[in-house]
Amino acid sequence: MTDLPISSPASAARPWAAGAAVIVAAGVYAWALLMAEETWQVTGLLALAVAAVLAALKTGFARRLHQDWSASETRLNRLAFATLIVLIFVLSDAHFALLMVATTLLYFTASMGLNIQFGFAGMANFAGAAFFGAGAYTAAVLGTVTAVPPLLTLALGGGVALVLSLPLLLPIVRTTGHYAAVVTIAFGVLFRTFLEVNEILGGPQGLMVAPMRLFGWDFNSAPVIGGYEMSFYVNYALLAAALAGLVFMLMRRLERSWIGLHMDAVRLDETAAACFGISVTRTKVTAFLMGNAILGVSGALYGMMISFIAPASFTFSDSLLMVSIVLLGGLGSLWGGAVAAAIVVLLPEKLQLLQEYRFLLFSILVILVLLFRPDGILPRPMRSFFASRRAGK
Amino acid sequence: MDFGLIAQYLANGILLGTMYALVAVGFTLFFGVLDVIKFSHGDVLMLGTFIGFTAWLGLEAIGVANPWVQLLGVLICSLGGTALIGAAIAKWLVLPLKKAPQLNTLLITLMLGTAIREAVRLFYPNGSNPKAFPALLPDAAVELGSFSLRADSVILVLAGLGLIGLLNLVINRTRLGLAIRAVAQDEETARIMGINYTLVVLATFAIGSGVAAFAGIMNGLYYNEINFGMGLILGLIGFSAAIIGGLGNLYGAILGGFLFAGLQVIGAALLPFASAYKDVFAFAVVIALMAWKPTGLIPERSSDRV
Repeated sequence: MTDLPISSPASAARPWAAGAAVIVAAGVYAWALLMAEETWQVTGLLALAVAAVLAALKTGFARRLHQDWSASETRLNRLAFATLIVLIFVLSDAHFALLMVATTLLYFTASMGLNIQFGFAGMANFAGAAFFGAGAYTAAVLGTVTAVPPLLTLALGGGVALVLSLPLLLPIVRTTGHYAAVVTIAFGVLFRTFLEVNEILGGPQGLMVAPMRLFGWDFNSAPVIGGYEMSFYVNYALLAAALAGLVFMLMRRLERSWIGLHMDAVRLDETAAACFGISVTRTKVTAFLMGNAILGVSGALYGMMISFIAPASFTFSDSLLMVSIVLLGGLGSLWGGAVAAAIVVLLPEKLQLLQEYRFLLFSILVILVLLFRPDGILPRPMRSFFASRRAGK
Repeated sequence: MDFGLIAQYLANGILLGTMYALVAVGFTLFFGVLDVIKFSHGDVLMLGTFIGFTAWLGLEAIGVANPWVQLLGVLICSLGGTALIGAAIAKWLVLPLKKAPQLNTLLITLMLGTAIREAVRLFYPNGSNPKAFPALLPDAAVELGSFSLRADSVILVLAGLGLIGLLNLVINRTRLGLAIRAVAQDEETARIMGINYTLVVLATFAIGSGVAAFAGIMNGLYYNEINFGMGLILGLIGFSAAIIGGLGNLYGAILGGFLFAGLQVIGAALLPFASAYKDVFAFAVVIALMAWKPTGLIPERSSDRV
């Protein structure tokens, strides 16, 4: 309690300044990283990031940032979103960079879905890529039916993922621990094998996916503003940003609601939660269905964006990669998931020599994180019911 | 469907069942002593098979041509090496995490499996392509009408069943087995009785990994091909088999292994749709079995203490 009066005069004047500075710096940094072409530039930028993080931890800036964030969270989240939109427009003619941004955002969205299960309710789901793929395949199949508006396809992608998780509900709810893990693992393998042998769904070759269309606007055509032609990935990046923002908002609300509270209780102690009258079954069912629906929606948009999908993109290893995002970021930590998604997606793409080694690299990274920092990069903060009181007011 | 075809499927099922049971036994042993799932088991198996393959290459290089001598060398190198690797994983990755949440152990070993798999793919010479495993067993066959019984499958099944029997003897009749069972039943009491806990755990992991390496060599000898991804699917099947049989029970693992092989054979032979769906069918039945018997067919004796 002694540090509160010392730090409060500085942060009381502008209790968001440090957070805002970090967001803007992160935006500029993301731009520099995405535009960096040479290996030495990327390596230099990565070294800079490591140095900045270490400096922030040493000088106490990290704690200041944390205080800012809990004091004016809404404002800072909005600023982060605005920075993201600006970043997308600044990058407007760089195809590859925008594809990276959109992929990161979709993986971030997917990891938020998994976070409901792993982070909030404490359930294991090792079929993340399968539900993601279910959404993508839905988009592929419905794309051939012109009568279905693509925005509805997105929702239906989530719907199909949800329907596919229904048969798993009974085994998931009745089993715990290892036994529950085997159910999702078996489903993931089953799903992938099914896609590979099913001729109607394209077999191992996969399917083409029709592009997104919104109010008659084809997402695969380049938008032109004031005579300036932009990459068509701007469309997808903006839509992915909107989706990520929407899901983020939903997640924050879920976390603060009584449903999130129930999930926390079930994760920490099922027996105790049941003693307090929380329906463990209902909570687990909610977490499982909600998470999978989010995975399905992000998968559907991902399929439309890359326009070609095959079973090889939805393997057990990809499920593990999604789980790595959740764990690296920190269980239940949304911003941690964003940082981890950026690391997991961008690092192998920017450092081409890592591309081949990415599964090896991230599996070792996750082992190290689990051994030495089990809470992840940005651990989930303690639930604060009275935000203003914790900020020292 | 004539008799010959049925017999062929049956023989195939028995061979697969033996192999799966050998993998599942490892999962169940580890769970017994430490209450953890070591998910890298399948990839350790794959590594063991590659060690055996390398040993064979080495024996070829120094001019040992007798297939039985080669087989002996392959088995000694593979089983011994894998047992050491298993014990090392237990010592440095699994034992330090004994107090951590179950999910963490599961994840660490899952990621370790991925790391092993990727390391073999990237660093073993030409590791991303399948390797032709040598046929070291005699390839004679007995023809019974349309059914041909291959001598190598008979030898493999007999050796596998013999190993399971031997393991059963070790667990039930020796001092080491007594210690393993004691630790599985109650770790603290076992320690008080003067059992060297760490040593027992390491020995169990060594035994389980060695047995899995045998299954890997079996797989290689039967299909004459090994690749870096073989451990993932074998590990998944072994894990599923151990779970549907009931964790912590040797007989459950054997039952689960043969059950899974039976499901695959039924999926390939009897069901109306294409045989390519056999794994889809088998895993779907596994999920259904989990819904019906959440703790396996032979459940472990436990109760929730509050």
